[in-house]
Amino acid sequence: MPLPLSQLQVNHAATIMSIKAGQELRRRLAGLGLRSGIHIRVIRQSPMNGPIQIRVGNTDLIMRRHDAAHIEVCLAP
Amino acid sequence: MKRIAVLGMPNTGKSTLFNRLTGAGAHVGNWPGITVDLLSAKILLGDAMVEVIDLPGFYNLHGFSEDEAVVRHFLETQPVNLLMIVLNASQLDRQLALPLQLRDLGIPMCILLNMTDEADKLGIRIDSGKLEAALAAPVLTLSAKYGFGFEKVKSELTHQLQKHPKLQQANAAAFDQDIRIEQELDALVHQSISAPISLPASLTDRLDRVLLHPWLGLPLFFLLMFMIFQAIYGLGTPIQDGLSWMFDSIKTAWLDPAVANWPTALRSLVTEGLYNGITTVLTFLPIIAFFFLLMAVVEDSGYLSRAAFLTDALMSRLGLDGRSFVMQLMGFGCNVPAIMGTRIMRSQALRTLTMLIIPFSLCSARLQVILFVVAAVFSPRAAPVVLFSLYLASFAAAFLTAFLGRRHYRNHEPLLLELPPYRLPTWRFLGFEAYRATKQFLAGAGGFIVMGVLMVWFMTHFPFGEPAAGPHTLAGRLSAFMEPVFSPLGIDSMMSTALLFGFVAKEIVIGALAVIFSVGPDALSGVLAQRLDWVQAYSFLLFTLIYTPCLSTVAVLKQESKSWKVTAAGVLWPLGLAWVSSFAFYQLARHLT
Repeated sequence: MPLPLSQLQVNHAATIMSIKAGQELRRRLAGLGLRSGIHIRVIRQSPMNGPIQIRVGNTDLIMRRHDAAHIEVCLAP
Repeated sequence: MKRIAVLGMPNTGKSTLFNRLTGAGAHVGNWPGITVDLLSAKILLGDAMVEVIDLPGFYNLHGFSEDEAVVRHFLETQPVNLLMIVLNASQLDRQLALPLQLRDLGIPMCILLNMTDEADKLGIRIDSGKLEAALAAPVLTLSAKYGFGFEKVKSELTHQLQKHPKLQQANAAAFDQDIRIEQELDALVHQSISAPISLPASLTDRLDRVLLHPWLGLPLFFLLMFMIFQAIYGLGTPIQDGLSWMFDSIKTAWLDPAVANWPTALRSLVTEGLYNGITTVLTFLPIIAFFFLLMAVVEDSGYLSRAAFLTDALMSRLGLDGRSFVMQLMGFGCNVPAIMGTRIMRSQALRTLTMLIIPFSLCSARLQVILFVVAAVFSPRAAPVVLFSLYLASFAAAFLTAFLGRRHYRNHEPLLLELPPYRLPTWRFLGFEAYRATKQFLAGAGGFIVMGVLMVWFMTHFPFGEPAAGPHTLAGRLSAFMEPVFSPLGIDSMMSTALLFGFVAKEIVIGALAVIFSVGPDALSGVLAQRLDWVQAYSFLLFTLIYTPCLSTVAVLKQESKSWKVTAAGVLWPLGLAWVSSFAFYQLARHLT
């Protein structure tokens, strides 16, 4: 079941299925290593609907939840 | 001259490497069509002088961010001999995308795998031979921070420059085609890098568990900010005061006697115009130096992006991000370095909006004026309430400005920040930022400040022979002319003349009042208490807090924004807002009491 990254829970790992964003955001994400097939994990969420912290390989990133909503992921088994 | 462009993603230690390579001699150069400051330096490599240019950190040659556009524009217009590409050795899985993209430019490359100490700790093994073969470029490993491998880098750069002695223009076609490099990247990573499958829980993770804790994070952030604030201004402000005192003493002991026989007008020009202007500039230097010293520690440590994580929930609603908030808080010490500190923000719109809200921070100079007037007019019981309400007004004015300006200065760049591991700063290069910032302040804002001080001096002293700031001087006449504007605020023309002085520096408002009422500073409290009731006093304080920031703030606003439009907005908007606030307060309070 694909779900948006913004809804992935803390400490859950997933694989990126698709990025449904404009070219601008997609290239920005690609530069940071976020593209289809990549494994990611949500490390923490900031309270009051603040940003989320995710881990891609060896890199930790923060992004806003409404940006994360454009990234569709599939829970890793 | 031969030329090397330094390229890399953010957080690769690119600046440390640049500093190590070029020393303190780097300066901000001018490049056609590029508005951001690029550091460059001329160094001797082998027997040739080489110009090294530090381009902004960027993620994607084909990206849309402002920094990416700058890098593209530079490479499109400036021929170079060599691209020096700095990669973070522990993040090669994604950073190798950069040399794969840059390869198509057709310019010789030299690839430096930096931060090998961190990669080693994580157990990451890199086969640089295979990388060299795949990228057709020399690959060297080093740690710019500790200096390992640095000599080899220098000799390789020298060797490469001898091999490629001609400046080359990048192949323009490469900028348009965004070829799919993903498969090649995956294959390259697979064959040349081996990393342990699960990384051990690091010190960074453990620190983040506390520092980014859902409920502890924010209080710890404020505590840390308070400590940094104290460290900057606790050290900087006494030095600033000491310098002022020293300059005053020099003036009375040497300057005044030296010019005693000069004509009055000329003497006044030198001692009260020129000398004051120059010393105003000089007293800012220690605070700017301390500010950049400590902010470099905060930035290098990796905490600044964490601050963005913690405060973004609030700041994003105002069209700002957490780094704006840090600078706004620092503005409570002094607006000048805080505005210069907005350099850490890469989006121009975000940066401009932040520069426009910082002047509302109740800085220590305004605090002196406020404390003096509060002590003179208000009872000891009311004083803390007054002070607290002015701090609230300071935040309210800033947030209102952000709220209104967020449409105009719309930030298109999403908040996508790396949280680098916590790192100890590179002590050796810590002073560089402070040195460069003070040098730029002297060159970029110094002249502007001296000119402004001279202008106010002229207004308050012309026609010569009149008492300074008296009713017949230009300033006195201006105040009389402006009386209909200020009387609805309960501010009379003598008080508004003092506000004109406050444009030079807020802390001289009290001294100016003493001159205008021709009393000593000790008797001034009594005069103020007699002339002002609490409504007038509060209206005056509100105006002092909000109106046009001091000349030095305006000067750095111009220096950093490089735009007269932004500078004008930074002068006129606070002036208008101050008038409206004081008017609303004064009229309301008068009708209610």
